[in-house]
Amino acid sequence: MTTETKVAYPPDAEIMAISASFGNDHHRMLDILLAVQEARRCISPSTMDTIAAAVGVTRIAVEGVASFYSFLSLAPKGRVTIRLCDDIVDRFSGLDAVVAAFEAELGIKMGETSADHGFSLDFTPCIGLCDQAPAAMINDVVATRLTAERATAIARALKRGLSAAEALVADHDVLSPYQRVRALVENNIRRPGEVLLGPVPEDAGLHAAAAMAPSAIIDAVEASGLRGCGGAGFTTGRKWRFAANAPSDRRFVICNADEGEPGTFKDRVVLTERADLVFEGMTIAARAVGAREGILYLRGEYVYLHEHLQAGLAARRARGGLGADFDIRIQMGAGAYICGEEGALISSCEGLPGEPKTRPPFPVTRGYLGHPTVVNNVETFAHVARILDRGAAWFNAIGTDKSHGTKLFSVSGDCTRPGVYELPYGLTLRELLSLAGAEDAAAVQVGGPSGTMVGRDSLDRRLTFDDLATGGAVIVFSARRNILEIVDYYMSFFVHESCGYCTPCRVGNVFLKKAIEKFRKGQANDDDIAYLKDLSATIIETSRCGLGMTSPKPVLSSLKNFPLVYSALTKPSKDGIKATFDIQSAISGARDIAKRRSYIFDKDFSK
Amino acid sequence: MNGPFQFRIDGVEVAATPGQTIMEAADAAGIYIPRLCDVEGLRHQGGCRVCTVKVGGKAAGRSVSACTQPAEPGLEVENDTEARNRVRRDLVEMLFHEGNHLCPICEKSGNCELQAMACRLDMTAATRFPYLEPCRDLDASHPDIALDTNRCISCGRCIRASQDVDAKGVFGYVGRGIHRRVAVNGADLAHTDAALADHAMSVCPVGCIIRKGEGFATPIGARHFDHGLIGHEIEGRAGEDLARKDGRK
Repeated sequence: MTTETKVAYPPDAEIMAISASFGNDHHRMLDILLAVQEARRCISPSTMDTIAAAVGVTRIAVEGVASFYSFLSLAPKGRVTIRLCDDIVDRFSGLDAVVAAFEAELGIKMGETSADHGFSLDFTPCIGLCDQAPAAMINDVVATRLTAERATAIARALKRGLSAAEALVADHDVLSPYQRVRALVENNIRRPGEVLLGPVPEDAGLHAAAAMAPSAIIDAVEASGLRGCGGAGFTTGRKWRFAANAPSDRRFVICNADEGEPGTFKDRVVLTERADLVFEGMTIAARAVGAREGILYLRGEYVYLHEHLQAGLAARRARGGLGADFDIRIQMGAGAYICGEEGALISSCEGLPGEPKTRPPFPVTRGYLGHPTVVNNVETFAHVARILDRGAAWFNAIGTDKSHGTKLFSVSGDCTRPGVYELPYGLTLRELLSLAGAEDAAAVQVGGPSGTMVGRDSLDRRLTFDDLATGGAVIVFSARRNILEIVDYYMSFFVHESCGYCTPCRVGNVFLKKAIEKFRKGQANDDDIAYLKDLSATIIETSRCGLGMTSPKPVLSSLKNFPLVYSALTKPSKDGIKATFDIQSAISGARDIAKRRSYIFDKDFSK
Repeated sequence: MNGPFQFRIDGVEVAATPGQTIMEAADAAGIYIPRLCDVEGLRHQGGCRVCTVKVGGKAAGRSVSACTQPAEPGLEVENDTEARNRVRRDLVEMLFHEGNHLCPICEKSGNCELQAMACRLDMTAATRFPYLEPCRDLDASHPDIALDTNRCISCGRCIRASQDVDAKGVFGYVGRGIHRRVAVNGADLAHTDAALADHAMSVCPVGCIIRKGEGFATPIGARHFDHGLIGHEIEGRAGEDLARKDGRK
């Protein structure tokens, strides 16, 4: 953004109308701002004033939301915004060449908007397409398997005036929403299991649930041993029981479709192929806990699934598949990983910045708008529908003693068969890697950056809640990859995605990233290893939510499992001066002010 | 759990009533738990994390912020130990390094809670943290108040005070992560309804919200924290309490 070109804005009546279309309800602030962003390509100060007046909040409250989400912009964006995924898997799959091709064809650099406001180029963290990287969001569709040639061709088509959908999908206007999704994105289902991705009967679980008392449904879910599939692994039945028992006349069921953990994309496939099962599971949950309202929170990166999901929801509503007393709305996110945390997700649904809420109270007693709320992952709800159909005992018998059922794994990185694998809990990492064609893995990131980075000596560990726990992401790195580059990237991800509410996560992660940079530059000494551990311990101990409690894990798990990577790069400090201390840069400011060089430190100084 | 109950902080019995946070009960008992974002009269935020204590005792203890965590009967709280204070020192140091805190040239010196907390926690070792050195514009637009957010520690007291006490909403957070900062409800402070008499202007723990027309008015030796460590007023309550009890005997 270098130019001051004024975009011709329509009159403010349009903003008022957008706000009115959401009932001038400040709880729908995110929807209002997304609609304004779509219409105006930015949220300007005057727009914020208009919205603030319309919904009855302060302008700074509007700005607080507008400035929080990555996909909302205070500066004007182009007609077409291209957001290249800069996840580590994309970087290792030729992202640089794609960047160069877009920059050359569009005549702008990453982070810039063209002078005629035609195009914006940005980076964005993982968009859930690691199995077909490099990938990019182009307005509300996505382009996968990008190469320099494909990037150039897409940019040229867009420059000719085609819409993003036209540029990427032939005959997009005659395709159904589902067909459009399939034309854009591969499913890469490598191993359908018997619970979710194999054949499933329509509404069989819901019919069974309809004949059961709410408490019996909860009993069945609890007896099945189902635990949350988003990563934290809380027992689903217990969560529901808490919500059902919390006194209130209003309860909510929320589906967390904000899978943002880098390397995770299984929910994308479930939402594409088994959306009906997810809605069915939500409807069962609503019956179990006594909720009349449901929300599916869809991450902004999955906006191309929106129409498909709306269509599925409309069809279900039409045939009575939501029950007489329950309905679901889809809440779009706007680019914030933190909204996968259930409190932050609820804040976001309430039209606030995506900041986690103070716990206690927990969402099951005081959640959305202060009412008892069940928040479960996409995969969890789909499992529920199957459990009610086939019975708790059937599900409980799959997997291991403490980890029941099947799990969807998203495998990507250095392997020949990246994609989604549905397998019973309890298989070893080696077995999964062998299925995925990743026999020469040197390092595997299990559970994404908040999980664990393991080496070859851990391949016989089991993928269960009590051994190698994972929300599903399994990212494979071959011996060619630089471990510290991976760790550095993951720390930059957490710095970017920290909400900033609490000190340790906001500031500590920046320090941790800077320390890793020191190692990469060869400026670290032995003390810095202890420093990494101490700083990580403080961040983990004092952070307010799960993001900060896990953000040092890339550092800690690589330190533990690949200690030589670090020790090989440290060197003893000479003369007691830290290697990071550079006298020349330290005195450069003083030199500028004094307008002369230093007698002592500028060796060639002469009067 | 409807009536008053007891729990322990560092082995000392503390009385609490249902709904009280650990910090509220500790304050009443004259036990000081260090804090920066929390201040009497405003709702709790739990953002600075300086009040982090360990609850549950033993190895299985978990860390919580004392300002937001409800007290529970029989709870064992670890507060004033070397391990807890080391972590607090890290947090206070992070805040120092996140902004530009140059005590010798700051008008707030001696009355500054961040400085006082560093003093209490004995933050004297050479630092291992880098300095982030922000360079944000000073907002001197308002006739009576200046705002130097380079000294802000994001405690949010001004935001809560303006919203909840002054019923104005002059301040708010904008941005995310390390870019999150306190901003004002308008182009600058002069374009808001901020007034010097607002409660919001009196709660800043550091030298971010500055009153114009006065500076370095209190001589060294007479400044607030020249009279005692931060928290000494609360710790003084323990003595008063005992004295009162003694008096009744």
